[in-house]
Amino acid sequence: MLRIDFKSLRFLVVDDNAHMRRILRTLLHGFGAREVYEAEDGASGLEAFNHFVPDIVITDWAMPIFDGLELTQMIRQPGGNANPYVPIIMMTGHSEKRRVTAARDAGITEFLAKPVSAKGLYERIVSVIVNPRPFIKTKTYFGPDRRRSTVSTYTGPERRKGGKADVIKNSTLFEKVR
Amino acid sequence: MPFKKNTAAITTYGDHEVIRPENKLRGYASDTPLEAGEEDPVARAERALAELSGDFPDWMDDECERLDKARNTIVQRGIDESNKMALFHGAHDIKGQAATLGFPAVAAVADSLCRLIEFTPTPQRIPLTLINQHVDAVRAIYREYSRSDAVELAAQLNHKLREVTDHFLVEENKGRPDIIEQITG
Repeated sequence: MLRIDFKSLRFLVVDDNAHMRRILRTLLHGFGAREVYEAEDGASGLEAFNHFVPDIVITDWAMPIFDGLELTQMIRQPGGNANPYVPIIMMTGHSEKRRVTAARDAGITEFLAKPVSAKGLYERIVSVIVNPRPFIKTKTYFGPDRRRSTVSTYTGPERRKGGKADVIKNSTLFEKVR
Repeated sequence: MPFKKNTAAITTYGDHEVIRPENKLRGYASDTPLEAGEEDPVARAERALAELSGDFPDWMDDECERLDKARNTIVQRGIDESNKMALFHGAHDIKGQAATLGFPAVAAVADSLCRLIEFTPTPQRIPLTLINQHVDAVRAIYREYSRSDAVELAAQLNHKLREVTDHFLVEENKGRPDIIEQITG
């Protein structure tokens, strides 16, 4: 089994719901994490991100002031803060396809639909540590590679130009831990 | 601990760059097997959550009260952007948390209320009766959760509310095929 040294990792949990923050803190401490910081909205989340410089950010989507999508976009500003490459796990009750697409386009690393479970959260954390995707920078996007598979016949308007498509084959989590 | 800036390998193409940041977190993963008697981290986290679960009914009470308060504000003042969002967030949090808190059958009605709010183009046209029915259903399902037929009753309530809600939403979104597809899809 793949083991993660949670006690060396620093987490930031951003969620406006105090109960959900408590649940996440409990799960992370249960995994072995010692450093779990919390923020209750996007604005204080950004402040905490710059102050604590977490290794992994776990954020809700729907929050006051600015939401999880806007927080993600602010973190993913190249040169704008200490670590624009930080893994961001978006955890939300929104699970519709268009929502997942919007979160992906904002630059999240992993998506975790509520209800949250220990197993689901653990798998996302393992994935962002063991199986990180390269980052893509275009005129309109900066974030993890949104392609999870290679489609060599794709000819649509968003086809990248200038050489062959640079896509990393992502092993499934199961393949990684096997 | 001072943070060291990420170094990254960058490959430039015609209209984009592929950046491979140094993965400093990979060093925290290893293939070391669990030691004898050592508990699996997922099982340990589940146990920690189970120890917390004695508080969950109180938390669910809080969430239902919050939803009720948002509903009452709308009933008293009429719906506006601020109280609409308060109602949506209340329903959305219940939808997301109900299963974790041990009341999974509450989630579907909360989801139906979220859809009602989200897909109605003119919120002032949402019938107060329909809002009331959703909020009362959420509270009733939670309140009666110990009944042996609670899950079945919740499913029946949800089915009826969803049917009425979908009918209303389809009527309100005539001429918006993309939204109709999301509602009926």
